[in-house]
Amino acid sequence: MTTMQEFEFPLMDGTLDGMTHLVSERAIEGDTVLLNMGPQHPSTHGVLRLLLELDGETVITCIPDVGFLHTGVEKNMEAKTYIKAEVMSDRLDYLNNLGNNLVYCLAIEKLTGLDVPVRAQAIRVILVELQRISSHLVWLGTHALDLAAMSVFLYCFREREIILDIFEMVSGQRMMTTYIRPGGLWRDVPDEFEQAVRQFLEAFPERIDQYESLLTKNPLFLQRTKGLGVMTQEDALRWGVTGPMLRASGLAHDLRIAQPYSGYEQYDFDIPTHTDGDTYARYVVRMEEMRQSIKIVQQALDKLPYGPVRSNNRKYVPPPRSELSTSMEAVIHHFKLWTEGFTPPKGSVYVGVESPRGELGVYLESDGGPKPYRIHWRTPSFMNLQTLPMLAKGNLVADLVALIGTADIVLGDVDR
Amino acid sequence: MAGIIGEILRGLSTTLHMAATKPVTIQYPEVKRPVRPRFKGRHHLMRYDNGMEKCIGCSLCSAACPADAIFVEAAENTDEERYSPGERYARVYEINMLRCIFCGYCEDACPTEAIVLGDNYELSFTDRRSSIYAKEMLLVPVDEGGKPTPQKVEPGIYTRSIPVMQDPKD
Repeated sequence: MTTMQEFEFPLMDGTLDGMTHLVSERAIEGDTVLLNMGPQHPSTHGVLRLLLELDGETVITCIPDVGFLHTGVEKNMEAKTYIKAEVMSDRLDYLNNLGNNLVYCLAIEKLTGLDVPVRAQAIRVILVELQRISSHLVWLGTHALDLAAMSVFLYCFREREIILDIFEMVSGQRMMTTYIRPGGLWRDVPDEFEQAVRQFLEAFPERIDQYESLLTKNPLFLQRTKGLGVMTQEDALRWGVTGPMLRASGLAHDLRIAQPYSGYEQYDFDIPTHTDGDTYARYVVRMEEMRQSIKIVQQALDKLPYGPVRSNNRKYVPPPRSELSTSMEAVIHHFKLWTEGFTPPKGSVYVGVESPRGELGVYLESDGGPKPYRIHWRTPSFMNLQTLPMLAKGNLVADLVALIGTADIVLGDVDR
Repeated sequence: MAGIIGEILRGLSTTLHMAATKPVTIQYPEVKRPVRPRFKGRHHLMRYDNGMEKCIGCSLCSAACPADAIFVEAAENTDEERYSPGERYARVYEINMLRCIFCGYCEDACPTEAIVLGDNYELSFTDRRSSIYAKEMLLVPVDEGGKPTPQKVEPGIYTRSIPVMQDPKD
């Protein structure tokens, strides 16, 4: 068995010996320069290390080195009951917390056959679409900031704050919400929720126009993004790229339409696509996606049904508080669920949802016990990051910053 | 060329327009943003109106905690020295605020509404030891008209551990 000391880390020993197969012949001869970009670099959007082989300013090879933010979430989740493990799903992709909650709960619901009330499903859709907007706002702000458009960043974070305030209103937390629970929601939304969302919906389309006035036709932005990092549809499919990156390459694939979940089939919205496949196309697609998200939230809010927000199945969902003082069964279920947790039947499920970055999937294997036997997260950031070496080849170092931005990676999602 | 300058001017007009609007930022810490009613901040251990502690030392919060941040040690109540209704009370109740992730599972799990998450988010410590909040720090002060615990009570009154509760409203 190889011990840690004996094991060779090809990218860490500082010499070229372990990675001659990764760089070009010229690097070995000393013609080109090897440069570390990151892990502590502001434009890598986290702790991503890129080992670059440069000829002047041109990138010959780009080797992403991931894992600096590895927290062992998947393994940690196996050590907790299904309910307790959910808090860790918040912490994978920290710009899409509710989306992570949703996919995790959908997987448990599929495994156990748990029913979800329609009101809970509609609120889930509203919140997840708001989360998509907030995630795209962070992407837009940081992407523009990387390309030296600072004011966009400030405006984006101003609007994101409104969404985070709505999350605080419903769940008590701005980011680590854990609001979507197996079998429904934590609690019903408060009374002021509808008005707050409506206010946001009213103000937001105008704000998108403002961002667009700063970027869409701005010659400096166009020069930095048009024709940069072109990905063909074939390449995108080959690399397992999903989400806006795939749609910018021309394929209208969206899990909200392809495999509707949480009642997405009731809503009328378009899948924005673009044929260019470059950085600018991805910008256009994401901007349009924000508009479509508003459309979905508007529809879901207009026909928000009344009713319960959590399943009545006491084997999986803790009873309401008012029952605890009157029903012995309720006390037993309450104690049982919060200590031992529930035990889903044996089996394995895979559920994928459309996260702001692409297909976010969770594979859940149950051995019939109270803890998941295995959880695997199919995270879109990781898949999308894979294409970076291909896109970076032949471009300038300064353009690499735009390419990292356009992939919209979250390192918590990449390394998990 | 004219188009390029026009587009730059269009962006500039947006920024200038924004510069004239009221700022949305607040001057923390001088000004504080009020939190929402559901906000999950630092915990409180609640009391009944008569000053009796709600916590019955069942350790369910500790069992429900995903971060293993709570430690509870229960002891027996007597009518001479009564801390809480029912048989037992929490002799030791500690929350490690460095471990706590403020998910609110303890509040959900508590069968007597004893532990609730409050509004305080300004938690800072100078060492690890002071991050452990003991029972005295978490317990809310006794209301007017209540008596501090332990109380001396008549036998046979406080036999029920779980009170009558409503579903959360806010």
